[in-house]
Amino acid sequence: MNSVLYARRGLTDRVFYVLSVGAAGFGLLWLGLILFTLVTEGFGGLSLKVFTENTPPPGSDGGLLNAIAGSLMMSFLAVIVGTPIGILAGTYLAEYGRHTRLAGAIRFFNDILLSAPSIVIGLFIYEIFVINMGHFSAIAGAASLAVIVIPVVVRTTENMLLLVPSALREAATSLGAPMSFVIRSVTWRAARAGILTGALLAIARISGETAPLLFTALNNQFWSSNINAPMASLPAVIFQFAMSPYEDWHRLAWAGALLITFAVLALSIAARLLESKRN
Amino acid sequence: MAGIALENYGTYDRAKTVRGFGRGDTRFRLLTLSAALLVVLIFLGVLAALIEGAWPAIKAFGLPFLWTEKWNPVTEKFGALAPIYGTLVTSVLAMLIAVPVGIGIAIFLTEICPGALKRPIAIAIELLAGIPSIIYGIWGLFVLAPFLQSTIQPWLIDAFANVPVLSTLFEGPPYGIGVFTASLILSIMVLPFISAVTRDVFETVPPMLKEAAYGLGCTRWEVMWRVVLPYSRAGVVGGTMLALGRALGETMAITFVIGNAHRVSASLFAPGTTISAAIANEFTEALGDLYVPSLIELGLILFFITFLVLAFAQLMLRRLEASGGKR
Repeated sequence: MNSVLYARRGLTDRVFYVLSVGAAGFGLLWLGLILFTLVTEGFGGLSLKVFTENTPPPGSDGGLLNAIAGSLMMSFLAVIVGTPIGILAGTYLAEYGRHTRLAGAIRFFNDILLSAPSIVIGLFIYEIFVINMGHFSAIAGAASLAVIVIPVVVRTTENMLLLVPSALREAATSLGAPMSFVIRSVTWRAARAGILTGALLAIARISGETAPLLFTALNNQFWSSNINAPMASLPAVIFQFAMSPYEDWHRLAWAGALLITFAVLALSIAARLLESKRN
Repeated sequence: MAGIALENYGTYDRAKTVRGFGRGDTRFRLLTLSAALLVVLIFLGVLAALIEGAWPAIKAFGLPFLWTEKWNPVTEKFGALAPIYGTLVTSVLAMLIAVPVGIGIAIFLTEICPGALKRPIAIAIELLAGIPSIIYGIWGLFVLAPFLQSTIQPWLIDAFANVPVLSTLFEGPPYGIGVFTASLILSIMVLPFISAVTRDVFETVPPMLKEAAYGLGCTRWEVMWRVVLPYSRAGVVGGTMLALGRALGETMAITFVIGNAHRVSASLFAPGTTISAAIANEFTEALGDLYVPSLIELGLILFFITFLVLAFAQLMLRRLEASGGKR
């Protein structure tokens, strides 16, 4: 009787073991497959031209220069606007309002924004910028990316500041330093690597964002550095090219996909290394 | 040096300096506070902008917008049933796949995996979350969809042809793109969210509890099922809700593979649409007085649904955090 029970329990355990290992394998399999396809398809389309020529009309040769430049420019604008706001807001949550009800509410809204659909952010910026300005523009694109950057930076900044030991703050305060001074030259400095990690994660997050750019920055087939006009971006170009029926556009889309993925993965690995060095 | 400096501060006034500190403090405090309030302002702004943009459609169609299937840009008759249905079906299907697998990965990482492999595998799984959604889209369109079309879909159609309910679910022809492919892609995308949160809460389970159970002679499965999972239930549910929130709003990957057809069909292999895919596909080409507002109203509905789901997720995870993992 008991041996039957034991056998059944052992069997259940083994089935469970195999299923868990299988689950991990399932996850790794997709990562492997996606990276494999990206490398095989992407390298085929990659050449010097990708970095030196603008997006071509169908049927002719070209590169992704204007899209790469557009992505860099809009991401840069979004980061220099979004990061300071995010750091300041995160500082408020961690230093001034740590246990207040107001901070609790702000934290809640921030976490909602953090996971809110990015396409909804795009609609928001469309209503605010595009309608009022009367046309699509790189400014609107950068603004929508900035709205995505802010909650990411708020969350990581707050988390990192909370890790700074209170003894540091108390020591500085006991020397007579005012609180704003303590925050800026002691707490921020102690959490510097962590805050930088947050900024890197935010950049990684926005560099692949497509949905909010579709109807804010739109797209542009030509070189443009005018931030008051529609601007190309790598994700938007990939979307347009991949959905088209043209072979050479597909090749460029794969090359662009490879570029974005490796940029994003490099950023997230850099962020992780920075974080683990701190620990 | 010190002497010179002191001379320059000839009229050094301690009270004045302290007042200056106070002013600087207040200014910095207000600066951080206004940045923090900006976050709330953005949230309210999103809500207000969506309502304002959607207003013409809300006025024209009223509540029946929610359960009307018709989506006709020519006659300007719009209804949200098909996108809402598509959003819910793809997300639920994705969760059905991703929740067991995600929990399985978390169990593998906390209980089974040898120490040296733990970190690399955890990082690899999290990289899945880092891959931009457009990459999933292009991969789904060019690699996964043709593969499913030629192998798994015909097989499922044949295998369940004579089974009552399943034959409707798996009804041909196998297009490759459609609800099934979109759900599968979604499940891969949300997998890392579930496994990361679940693993974190599994690690808050006091080792003593597990050791006690092992000491009584429990198998690994019994320890997981009867001790660890009940203990960390709130966290697992919170993580699942977080992932569901992501799945509901996911745009680009789905836009590529769902086929953008405004209709409700029982077959999982039929093309459909979701709220976010409809907006992404049609927004820039939308003309007329009601087309754009209808799309924005779709966005409003999506924002509302994800808000509910995410708020619930926050509630579950907050409660866990407040108790510090203890109960």
